[in-house]
Amino acid sequence: MLLEIKNLEVVFPMRQGDLRVLHGIDLAVEKGEILGLVGESGSGKSVLSKAVMGLLAKPGRASGGEILFQGQDLLKADAKALRSLRGNRIAMIFQDPMATLNPVLRIDAQMLEAVQGHRKMPSAEARRLCIEALRKVGIPAPEERFLNYPHQLSGGMRQRIAIATALLNDPDLILADEATTALDVTIQAQILSEMKALCRESGTALVWVTHDLAVVSGIADRIAVMYAGRIVECGPTQEVLSRPKHPYTQGLLDSVPSAAQRGQDLRQIPGLMPSPSALPPGCAFNPRCLRAKEACRSNQPVMTQTPTGAFACFNPLSEGDRA
Amino acid sequence: MLQFLVRRLLQAVGVLAVMSLLVFVGVFAIGNPVDVMIDPAASEAERQAAIVALGLDQPMWRQYLTFVGNALQGDMGKSFVYNQSASELILSRLPATFELAVMAMLIAVAIGLPMGLWAGLKPGSWADRLLMTISIFMFSLPTFWVGLLLIMGFAVTLGWLPSGGRGETRELFGVPFAFLTWDGFQHLLLPAFNLALFKLALVLRMVRGGVREQMTSDYVAFARAKGVSETRIVFKHVLRNIMLPVITVMGLEFGNILAFAVVTESIYAWPGMGKLLINAITVLDRPVIVAYLMITVFIFIVINLIVDLTYTLLDPRVRTGGAK
Ligand SMILES: Nc1ncnc2c1ncn2[C@@H]1O[C@H](COP(=O)(O)OP(=O)(O)O)[C@@H](O)[C@H]1O
Ligand SMILES: [Mg+2]
Repeated sequence: MLLEIKNLEVVFPMRQGDLRVLHGIDLAVEKGEILGLVGESGSGKSVLSKAVMGLLAKPGRASGGEILFQGQDLLKADAKALRSLRGNRIAMIFQDPMATLNPVLRIDAQMLEAVQGHRKMPSAEARRLCIEALRKVGIPAPEERFLNYPHQLSGGMRQRIAIATALLNDPDLILADEATTALDVTIQAQILSEMKALCRESGTALVWVTHDLAVVSGIADRIAVMYAGRIVECGPTQEVLSRPKHPYTQGLLDSVPSAAQRGQDLRQIPGLMPSPSALPPGCAFNPRCLRAKEACRSNQPVMTQTPTGAFACFNPLSEGDRA
Repeated sequence: MLQFLVRRLLQAVGVLAVMSLLVFVGVFAIGNPVDVMIDPAASEAERQAAIVALGLDQPMWRQYLTFVGNALQGDMGKSFVYNQSASELILSRLPATFELAVMAMLIAVAIGLPMGLWAGLKPGSWADRLLMTISIFMFSLPTFWVGLLLIMGFAVTLGWLPSGGRGETRELFGVPFAFLTWDGFQHLLLPAFNLALFKLALVLRMVRGGVREQMTSDYVAFARAKGVSETRIVFKHVLRNIMLPVITVMGLEFGNILAFAVVTESIYAWPGMGKLLINAITVLDRPVIVAYLMITVFIFIVINLIVDLTYTLLDPRVRTGGAK
């Protein structure tokens, strides 16, 4: 197993007390696997990815659990060890391509530091490596783009550069947090398929984080669904998409435009996700759930293993419900 | 670029024209120099002769036109007191003020920048709170009061530094400067520090605010995700972004320092333009006052232009044109 997150808890200490944002997250990523991490905005996806990188915004911290990367617990690693992993064995791509590159530094400076921060390499060779990476992600005239400033490039180009930068050291794992959300649909589709091909080619594992189930359906091997700081369902993509167990997953599926039947309205999940400071008792989804029973309002459902995945629900959907 | 320069030049000419009128009228309102300059025991005939000799018998508008005509030829009139070209008189004092201002600026940046970084990287720490409190004092205590305090402390009580004057000077390209001799440098320290305090607080606060803001930006997060060290993030990524506004503000403040060194120069008997102005005002030496104000305005215009050009050179977003 490449990455194994066990019972991870993340809190943000506030004046009123600790704000618990992640509750006992269990998640595993295999070598070379593409995992889609899905959930509405505010479910804790970004906090989870940043926790893996050791980049939680202060004063946030992991208050419990383990994050095992190639067997090493990242929560116990010191700053130096983490820094040598970041951008080297684990890379991350962020949502806003307009803001992820430093506006006053040229692309070459920003890519070269990602190489030379991790290995000694003659400058000319490092440059060749960067330009090769730019070519791989489909940037035309990479030698010229390499000498540009970020503002001279479009959003799609900038995100490609961020991806190329992430690929530079042949990482074992890439975390992409809403990496295409800010881009328009065609570019998003292009980047998704390129990304998939690149990761397959190099055997890199990819965690694709998004609020949009439709985005991951085409790229992921496995899908994990998050709600209010917990994983509520996970399993192989086909299984989760065609036979969801959790009503929340079903709700997400129903609100995807292409899934709606012709002439039928899109069905949004009623209500809003509770904030971490005001979680309802029992299952956090129960106030919005049409299938909620008495137990859902008082008890926290635990993960139930299935032959291929797992879900956390007292009243899961069965074949009969989907018919 | 050329269009920008031409427009700025035209603006500058306009500003100078308006300024000359304001200055001229304003100075006329202060009083009659003849009353101050001529021996009260002089006869009425002598008095009249002096008035005619200085051109003060003419109506104001004619005096103004004469002044503009001469000024266009680079002649700002003769000092009533020194009987010497007013502009030459002022320019001869410019190096003293200039070195004082540069030194003050260096002190402000050399201390304010690292302090601002320190405070900004550790928001809420005791160091941050201490520096913020000190900077409030630097902003709010009057310059002359701090100046006197510094003299009391470092010159009178400790005896480490001289209390006034410019000390020994040495020529560089034919211009005398104090900072080139040890004695002159010692004379320069206290007034420069006094003049620097306000700017120091300004730099400190700007840098602190900038660091705090930039450290939470996406590009810093991405740099961290690449495994870039914190040192490099601060000095290569963040500092560059902060330096743009700092340089701009400091450039503009430089004009202020030049112009408002008046107080400091008076306290420390520093023989600069400001000291000359104060003396000129007390004896109503009109040409010197007018020439001082015109030259100051001119310097402001030039500095603003330089700042704009520097900004253009430093910011790649301006230098290399807009997004594709
Ligand atoms: N720096 C922070 N301080 C306090 N709460 C935070 C912070 N960052 C995130 N949170 C909280 O954690 C929850 C999950 O946020 P996030 O991981 O950004 O959601 P997602 O990425 O799934 O949209 C949100 O409710 C948010 O309020
Ligand atoms: Mg997010």
